Amino acid sequence: MNEAALTAASRRTAGKTRSAKKIIAPLLLYPLLLLTALVCLGPFLWLLSTALKTGDNVYAFPPQFIPNPITFDNFIEVFNIMPLWHYIGNTVYMTALGVGLNLLFCTITAYPLARISFPGRNFLFYTIVSTMILPNAAGMIVNFILINKFGLYNTMLGVVLPSAISVFNIFLLRQAFITIPNDMEHSARVDGAGEFRIFLVIMLPMIRPAVATVLIFDFMAFWNSLIWPVIVFDDQNKYPLGPALQYLNGTLAYNFPYIAAGTIISILPIIVIFLILQKQFINGMVGAVKG
Amino acid sequence: MAASKEMRRRYRFAYLLLTPGVILLLVFTFYPIIYGLPLAFTNYSAVDTTKWVGLKNFDKAFHDPDFWISLKNSLLYVIVVPVIQLISILMAIMVNNKLRFVNFFRVAYFVPVVTSMVAAAIAWKWVFEEQGILNYFLQTLGIISNPISFMAEPELALYGVMCVTVWKGLGYYMMIYLAGLQSIPSELQEAAKIDGAGWLQVVWRITIPLLMPFVLLCSLMSVMGAIRVFDEIFVMHGPKGDPVSSTLVTSVYTYKLAFQDFNFGYSAAVGLVVSLLIMIFTILLFRYTRKGGLSYYE
Repeated sequence: MNEAALTAASRRTAGKTRSAKKIIAPLLLYPLLLLTALVCLGPFLWLLSTALKTGDNVYAFPPQFIPNPITFDNFIEVFNIMPLWHYIGNTVYMTALGVGLNLLFCTITAYPLARISFPGRNFLFYTIVSTMILPNAAGMIVNFILINKFGLYNTMLGVVLPSAISVFNIFLLRQAFITIPNDMEHSARVDGAGEFRIFLVIMLPMIRPAVATVLIFDFMAFWNSLIWPVIVFDDQNKYPLGPALQYLNGTLAYNFPYIAAGTIISILPIIVIFLILQKQFINGMVGAVKG
Repeated sequence: MAASKEMRRRYRFAYLLLTPGVILLLVFTFYPIIYGLPLAFTNYSAVDTTKWVGLKNFDKAFHDPDFWISLKNSLLYVIVVPVIQLISILMAIMVNNKLRFVNFFRVAYFVPVVTSMVAAAIAWKWVFEEQGILNYFLQTLGIISNPISFMAEPELALYGVMCVTVWKGLGYYMMIYLAGLQSIPSELQEAAKIDGAGWLQVVWRITIPLLMPFVLLCSLMSVMGAIRVFDEIFVMHGPKGDPVSSTLVTSVYTYKLAFQDFNFGYSAAVGLVVSLLIMIFTILLFRYTRKGGLSYYE
């Protein structure tokens, strides 16, 4: 009885402090959360503010945080001084080709490694995975030499092909294929489905979350790629957005509002896609890390 | 016998599916790893006929001041690791609370992760300008009296780039730590609280130790990332690591040697040294954490 009263009392005080914490903790937390959000978004907000300013106000000191007057001229003008639509087109083409090829090659490689116990499977799998640990010192150089030898210098295929397959994605998709219960496969086989049909119609839809994760990460990687397109493309007309902006940044350093506007335009698609798919994005990332 | 025929058909299907991917891997992953090694012992370049030169490239690196500067800067760059890990753990603890709008904050913190490094670097360049926002804040707070050109100052430039790396990585690691925090059974923390442990004690004695496997993983990833850092330096300071090589790191130097000087053999040799460095770091980190962190789960 004594003991019961004691736990009840301790529970009461615990309850009291918890309700006090319910008020105090948010009071401390929200300013911290807001401050952190400001640091994370700040540079982009500052860039956006700059992109919306008229020429005179850009270099004003003290700086103008909220542009007055607001102008969209920089966003229009940047399309006139550089063929931005053209670069956006290049980027969309590169991203679509890259993501498409990567998804195709990684799924068809991961599937047999997960579901068919052919001779030499484990050896093949461990050999593939071991490349993730080995240092790839001259990877970029050798790939550049290869792309030249294949006659793919200055072509989109030359940009995309070296990353058309990724060991990490194979690993991720294989894990997903393994978790599918065998019964699914058996019943399909009893119903007379062929190997290819089982793969495409039964198994592939079952690992949608993993496919979505790979898709999102590939999209991000290809859309944001910088250095490899610079190496492969001789012709600046073929550049995607990243290198094009980098080039603009070098040649137009005197007119920052244009660069700011171009940069904002370049990140809009990925921000929009991120906001739409944020749940998948974050779950996918967490899942990828946990394995 | 029918079964084995069936099996053979399945094997054939497996090999059919595997062929394109394996060919791609052989060409663009295995071949570069295998061929990259001997490349470091040749004088492969745009001008000379290719010859085996033995250890000459490594000897050259040994006497090359730019190589030493880049190596020093790359090693110095590893100080971003504890900074990123500490702040992102704190961020994860903050957004692990059941608060209103917490999802908004999680998303906001992740925005730098998804945007391109080119965009991030351009944004930060503008923050660091003499007329930039950072100078304004520092002057308003009375910390400095005259604006500093953060990008042009050789003593400051590298730290400026580090800020960008930290800023862009925080959201990524925060998400991993958030996943880690949510995998810790809440009974442990509840029990400690009932026993009278304060918030800080719970974090220090229970949360952080249980988070150790995640700390190991994240530290490993960010050490490798720090030694390989490229995009932010390339975009903000160019292939020479301006001003006066103060931001030159090994990966940028390798790029410059290969794709500006077309000195592929020497570049491969420098790259090999960096790879060995990363391997050593990895092994050390694993060894250290096997004694400490990981044992919690063994």
